[in-house]
Amino acid sequence: MLETLQTLDRRWIFLAMFLAVAVPLIMGTTFPEEPSDQVMAVFDAVENLPDGSNVVMALDYDPASEGELQPMASAFTRHCALKKHNIYFMTLWPQGGPMIQRSTELLENDYPETYKGKYGTKYVNLGFRAGNEGVIKLVVEDLKKSYDTDVQGTNLNDIPLTKNLKNIQQVDLLCNVSAGYPGSKEWVLYGSAPFDIPTVIGCTGVQAPIMLPYIPQQLTGMLAAIKGAAEYEQAIINAYPELNDNLAAKEGLKRMGPQLVAHVLLICLIALGNVIYFWERKQGTS
Amino acid sequence: MKRTIPLFISAVTGFVLIGTAFIPKFVDWGNDAMAWFNLLAAFAFILGGGNLLKMQLQKISAQQPGWGYAAVTLIAFFITLFVGLAKVGVNPSVKFPEFAWSGEFQEEGSAFWWLFEYIFYPLSATMFALLAFYISSAAFRAFRAKNTEATILLSIAVIVLLGRTYAGVWLTGWLPNEPIIGTSGITYSDFHLPHLSQIIMDDFTTPGMRAITIGIALGVASTSLKVLLGVDRSYLGSDQEA
Repeated sequence: MLETLQTLDRRWIFLAMFLAVAVPLIMGTTFPEEPSDQVMAVFDAVENLPDGSNVVMALDYDPASEGELQPMASAFTRHCALKKHNIYFMTLWPQGGPMIQRSTELLENDYPETYKGKYGTKYVNLGFRAGNEGVIKLVVEDLKKSYDTDVQGTNLNDIPLTKNLKNIQQVDLLCNVSAGYPGSKEWVLYGSAPFDIPTVIGCTGVQAPIMLPYIPQQLTGMLAAIKGAAEYEQAIINAYPELNDNLAAKEGLKRMGPQLVAHVLLICLIALGNVIYFWERKQGTS
Repeated sequence: MKRTIPLFISAVTGFVLIGTAFIPKFVDWGNDAMAWFNLLAAFAFILGGGNLLKMQLQKISAQQPGWGYAAVTLIAFFITLFVGLAKVGVNPSVKFPEFAWSGEFQEEGSAFWWLFEYIFYPLSATMFALLAFYISSAAFRAFRAKNTEATILLSIAVIVLLGRTYAGVWLTGWLPNEPIIGTSGITYSDFHLPHLSQIIMDDFTTPGMRAITIGIALGVASTSLKVLLGVDRSYLGSDQEA
């Protein structure tokens, strides 16, 4: 048995991982989540704003990380829509434009009474600008020096939402969803920290340890990886029970099933690998 | 002269940006400098494209192993560049109907949008998803408890892996909220895996990351000063210091 495992073709491991992810995903298995304090801090930051507040939604990610981050972006967008907030979308990633589109479609399709046909008065898409931290430094001081038009080429002075907006220090909350550089860290360093802009973020599991030191001083709260997204979705469902039947509002919760089985498989593989290692040592072959 | 002017521009811009933190008068100048920086960042895309062309053409002309992939890269690059710049399939903007090219280049249904949604998007997502397979293979073959440090690392990894899913609740959720030893304040429920996972993140990872972050910040500050004062000129294409 152990000899067989010693020379195990790695394609069997790939198959096991494929099944570990695919089966729970197809079955749509979900598990109950209890929102942590950190997630509740994010929820409260959006929830406690008066209806119709101004929120900047900076979506700095691409299709590669969409699997982990889109549920967060959708949950942020959905929560803001429930509160009827005015939303300013922007991105520092060239591939971020279509990611913004997913959120604007959510607004138009799921909350038509508030957002359908209200482009410019309830939400605006500023799109992408090159320059990384440079863009952040400008939008927090003088928005129109960096963005003179929106994605449709309309001058910001002709859009009701941006006409009187000098910079994003005037907004009530900054929500950032990011997969790396430029992203959450840069927003904190050049935006929220120097100008005290209330900020909540959603980031990948890899980024989470990097962002932890900024909580709670510079960051109000953080959603870390798909677990954070699932907890946030649960917090929104707890507050708005009508979403309980809305499958689109449970994207993160649905992804916790594959995550659970994949994590258990990884632990089994680590244990098995170490059993073989110690057996080899005992045999004197290692 | 070729070196003096860039050094001068860097120094002036850098000190102006430092000044914005202390002198209100400098804020507008700093914003102008950042606007220029954003223009330069846009030019960097052209440099990046040029560099990509140079590297791939070198591979093709030298018939290096895998030169076919370089050819595919170039073809994909030019097709994407063309449909993006020519706005193929983009309708004129409703605000400026008299201008044929006034629509957004990523407009839904356009050729560029199609390339992104049906080629770039699935390829990009697939490449990232492949990580799961490589990690599982590495878990089986490489994560060995060879010494004390590796054993601690493995134990912590297992706690975090379980604590970040419902498995942690399943395995340890039954532990009662009762004190273990008299009035020590420690309860059985303190050993819930999600709680242990949180303790690892809050009490071990965060202080460690904080120390690393402070170290990086000090390094960045000293390196920046060397650049602004012209001591470090490596960014000008030389590895020499003055």
